[in-house]
Amino acid sequence: MKKFQTFTGLVVPLDRANVDTDAIIPKQFLKSIKRSGFGPNLFDEWRYLDHGEPDIDLAQRRPNPEFVLNQPRYQGAQILLARANFGCGSSREHAPWSLQDYGFRAIIAPSFADIFFNNCFKIGLLPIILDTTIVDRLFEEVKLTEGYSLTVDLQKQTVTTPKNDEFKFEIDAFRKHCLLNGLDEIGLTLQHAEKIRQFEQKRRNEQPWLFM
Amino acid sequence: MSTLYDKLWNQHVVFTESDEPDSMAAIYIDRHLVHEVTSPQAFESLKLAGRKPWRLDSILAVADHNVPTTDRSHGIHDPISRLQVATLDQNCDELGITEFKMQDLRQGIVHVIGPEQGATLPGMTVVCGDSHTSTHGAFGCLAIGIGTSEVEHVLATQCLLIKKSKTMRISVEGKLGLGVTAKDMALAIISKIGTAGGTGYAIEFTGSAVRALSMEGRMTLCNMAIEAGARAGMVAVDDTTIDYIKGRPFAPRGNVWDKAVAYWRTLQSDADAIFDQTVILDAAQIKPQVTWGTSPEMVTTIDGVVPDPVLINDEVKRHDMQQALNYMGLRANTPIQQITLDKIFIGSCTNSRIEDLRAAAQIVKGKYIAANIKQALVVPGSGLVKKQAEQEGLDQIFLAAGFEWREPGCSMCLAMNDDRLSVGERCASTSNRNFEGRQGPGGRTHLVSPAMAAAAAIAGHFVDVREIGE
Ligand code: SF4
Repeated sequence: MKKFQTFTGLVVPLDRANVDTDAIIPKQFLKSIKRSGFGPNLFDEWRYLDHGEPDIDLAQRRPNPEFVLNQPRYQGAQILLARANFGCGSSREHAPWSLQDYGFRAIIAPSFADIFFNNCFKIGLLPIILDTTIVDRLFEEVKLTEGYSLTVDLQKQTVTTPKNDEFKFEIDAFRKHCLLNGLDEIGLTLQHAEKIRQFEQKRRNEQPWLFM
Repeated sequence: MSTLYDKLWNQHVVFTESDEPDSMAAIYIDRHLVHEVTSPQAFESLKLAGRKPWRLDSILAVADHNVPTTDRSHGIHDPISRLQVATLDQNCDELGITEFKMQDLRQGIVHVIGPEQGATLPGMTVVCGDSHTSTHGAFGCLAIGIGTSEVEHVLATQCLLIKKSKTMRISVEGKLGLGVTAKDMALAIISKIGTAGGTGYAIEFTGSAVRALSMEGRMTLCNMAIEAGARAGMVAVDDTTIDYIKGRPFAPRGNVWDKAVAYWRTLQSDADAIFDQTVILDAAQIKPQVTWGTSPEMVTTIDGVVPDPVLINDEVKRHDMQQALNYMGLRANTPIQQITLDKIFIGSCTNSRIEDLRAAAQIVKGKYIAANIKQALVVPGSGLVKKQAEQEGLDQIFLAAGFEWREPGCSMCLAMNDDRLSVGERCASTSNRNFEGRQGPGGRTHLVSPAMAAAAAIAGHFVDVREIGE
């Protein structure tokens, strides 16, 4: 995983609540056995007027000019501004993969679905929870101001607007540490291998039916 | 004064990342279920890092999402699906992981076969790269859906890094009315707390109506916990649980069985346990449910009407509702019973077990699907469910009523194989998600119980199963 660094990025507003993982990346793209290449199919059913399949040449697709990601002013966006319960539905990590592959580095919403939220951290995509009132305000400002960018500082746990309004966000200390240092969680856990082995042995003695 | 969740949690914590009460913890995983869609990237990274699975005998694998439900003797026709299933086969063969391959009688939907094999046991932690892993909580275990990076983490370390959830008790007291099922209970709960109501919580379902459910019913209920936003749902262990497990292939036997049962009986919340939140429903008030929108919380009762966005004050909500009605091709205030259907799907990890098929068969017996129904599918949850249904003659009842009788798999629950809705088609489905495009691009899904789906197939539109005589 790459280290998460402070950045200033263009914001795109996705003004819908309960955006589910089927909408983020439709199932026909889950057949891939790779981790990358999902970006062009992010929000596929909203983003294109025609139906997408994994083997269709992108040059042949008809983008939906109405969809916010297709509007010229939001090209190159790195921050997705979303509504409540973003990422509900399935556990598919393809959802954060596609957001990251598209170019997003952070997602701001009043709330996220649990599994999606967890999955984001594993790949270095930062989900940021801000109060509904603040998110409402950011939606207003983004829509009014072309080129609207926010600065995300993970070390300080802040999101800063172009007018220097600063909003603090919460993050678990361990997750923050992993993101900032680009750490491999598996490697970290394996440092405790002896503890895991002892735990397992005790379990094997006490509940042998679990090891059959 | 511990809840069932607290007990399961405490049994499994190997270490915590800090001494803070809400620190990330590594919990030991007893059972790891694997399917073809969310595992290939995990196996690949594991290999690239030069790592091996920590404990092979904890893993059980099966392909379910991509498999065809028609004749399988010629393999999978779609090359991309075929590669994904072949990749699972290859990974399992190489590493020595137990897998039920496509031609195996025991193959089926991962959440159906785990319990069916006795591979899901009380007191376990169960994970799978699939959100509906919550299903297994019906057995008094802690069952959690995980993403692909977590699949890899569990493969490599036998542990999952996770934060402890808050606890919610959902108590359903009283008796469900005739024709009202666990599915209706689940949808009524979501209707009450919303699809994000359970976010951050582990839900324990309690109360006399939950106790009265069969294991199949409890699985349906826990299956839908994730649709209420909760990563885990669970039901405490009782005789129903233990009777179900006894004699299953992976279940303990002899002395070990007795020892296990003695422990399993302790898997209850203490009488004075404190939950962070409690929700109470009256079973007698629950009616058959039908979803009208594109989220499971967009649900009403069979005697209801499609709601009117005009009456909603919250702007975001009203907008979402309008969008959902547009997508669903529905007008506000239409009586639910006037909604006509194109297709019927009886299947999925929510409702494809033997009890579900029996309930549906009972309704369609001696009748025939309505002329406007283009296709009615029954997709059993596993090869063994299918076999049992055939022994009971259910297949013949369905076939005589104009249904198609298929091979087991996820099928039209998410339409990764050839079973799907076409644009604009409307389906009564026993699955768990009515998201846009879930059953096929442009397809329109109404979630219902198996009995309600069967009744709708015969009538051609939704009808109240309670009004159909025995
Ligand atoms: S039946 Fe549907 S919900 Fe269940 S595992 Fe398969 S795709 Fe997922």
